[in-house]
Amino acid sequence: MSTLKILVVDDEPGIRSGVTRILRNFRVDYPFMDEAFDFEVLEASTGEEGIEIIENNLPDILLLDNKLPGIQGIEVLEYIKKKQKNIIVVMITSYASLELAVKATSDGAYDFIPKPFTPQELKSSIENITKRVFLKKMTNKLQDTGKQIRFTFLSLLSHELKAPLNAIEGYLKMIKERQQGPKIEDYDVMIDRSLDRIKGMRSLILDLLDLTRVESGKTKRDITDVDLVQIARTAMDTMRPYAIQRDVKLVLHGVSPLMLQADAEEIEIIFNNLISNAIKYNKDGGTVDCTIERADSFMVIKVVDTGIGMSQAEIEKIFEDFVRIKNEKTKNISGSGLGLPIVKKFIDEYSGKIEVSSVPDQGSTFTVTLPIEKPCL
Amino acid sequence: MKPGNVTILIVDDDQDYLFQLQSKIQKFGFETITADSQKEAEELIEKIKPDLAILDLMMENEDSGFILCYKMKKKYPDVPIIIATGVMAETGINFDINDENNRKWIKADCFLDKGIRTERLKEEIDKLLMKSKT
Repeated sequence: MSTLKILVVDDEPGIRSGVTRILRNFRVDYPFMDEAFDFEVLEASTGEEGIEIIENNLPDILLLDNKLPGIQGIEVLEYIKKKQKNIIVVMITSYASLELAVKATSDGAYDFIPKPFTPQELKSSIENITKRVFLKKMTNKLQDTGKQIRFTFLSLLSHELKAPLNAIEGYLKMIKERQQGPKIEDYDVMIDRSLDRIKGMRSLILDLLDLTRVESGKTKRDITDVDLVQIARTAMDTMRPYAIQRDVKLVLHGVSPLMLQADAEEIEIIFNNLISNAIKYNKDGGTVDCTIERADSFMVIKVVDTGIGMSQAEIEKIFEDFVRIKNEKTKNISGSGLGLPIVKKFIDEYSGKIEVSSVPDQGSTFTVTLPIEKPCL
Repeated sequence: MKPGNVTILIVDDDQDYLFQLQSKIQKFGFETITADSQKEAEELIEKIKPDLAILDLMMENEDSGFILCYKMKKKYPDVPIIIATGVMAETGINFDINDENNRKWIKADCFLDKGIRTERLKEEIDKLLMKSKT
């Protein structure tokens, strides 16, 4: 059993004693963790007192209120960042302002707990953090060397890039060693699989370029008046050969022109990804309906498929980098796992939002809402 | 022990890697059983006890290999496990399986890079089988 130290900094005695009480007999135990964790709660009523405890008795986790009598929570957070203390910080806040949330996140806050919180909310947040603390042990060596690498992204990327190379290399070696005998026909499957893997790798690289584009900032964006219907039509024309191959019908609903101020290439990437997914995860003989319409001050794009659908748990994961839903139905579908994260990032750039609803075995609906008047483009 | 009496479980979600590794291991003379997910592997080990297992690390989840490894060791403490992954070298993470701290949480007997040479793989398998049978 290991004990994690939790420091709660809050000027309300009720919150402090509540946290202590809730976590007194709480334990976190995962099947893959060798040890269970329990918790020791330290209390401070002001930021100054909190910093003193951090200096003398470094906690693993800090539950930090922002509104404090002396220095504010956000300043404690800045202190921790400046001193490079290895603490996972959770802000306890009444979600007062988005600004605060953004600032706190960029200063390294890991999570937010809304106030007032239920024991269950506190416990599940602490549970997540404990898992993170545990996983951190794995990456300790990395951090010891001082490299600030985006561990997850890079390790996943290297996995995704290396897997096809390994597969192709393996097949080439088998062919070189003539493992199936002297006839070239006997190697057709291996050659086809190699070509498939090369195709997959190419699409991953193209997606990475899109991702780099969105993450490298706005330098090359070219904002003009673009017709969403026109762009959707172009995207559909691009995908049509693939749709015909799958016997999937593509239908566009929307009366041209529906104009939006945007970068045409970015909008095309959004359509391309949504429509190609709708074909890819469809059933043979299915349909993809793409509807574009204006609703008040928004443009609403809907892409509806009649495909394999997803569970709620799967929907929650699809916008994460490299996540691909793996199950019997998706086994033979290839993809980079970057398509939807890219779509999401572009939509964020336009202050828009994307929503997903889905019924397993019946299909999914992706709804994108883009504001026509954008405050900060 | 004759290789023919030895069954090796291979678990990997990359069908090409699975196929290639299987054919290598069959060439060594071992019997093989395969699964392409943590879930399928869990079902398989309910029915069959292999003599050794080679597990991929990232399958349904990033840590599928670790979880599968944990469950296998719980069920069959004497079956040696190799975790094969393509992840470590690039990220600068090297798991030292002999390190006391790491042994506490990783139950695998051996970590191998997926690009490992065929002869080295054979050596590692032989070494682990020898150790588990004595």
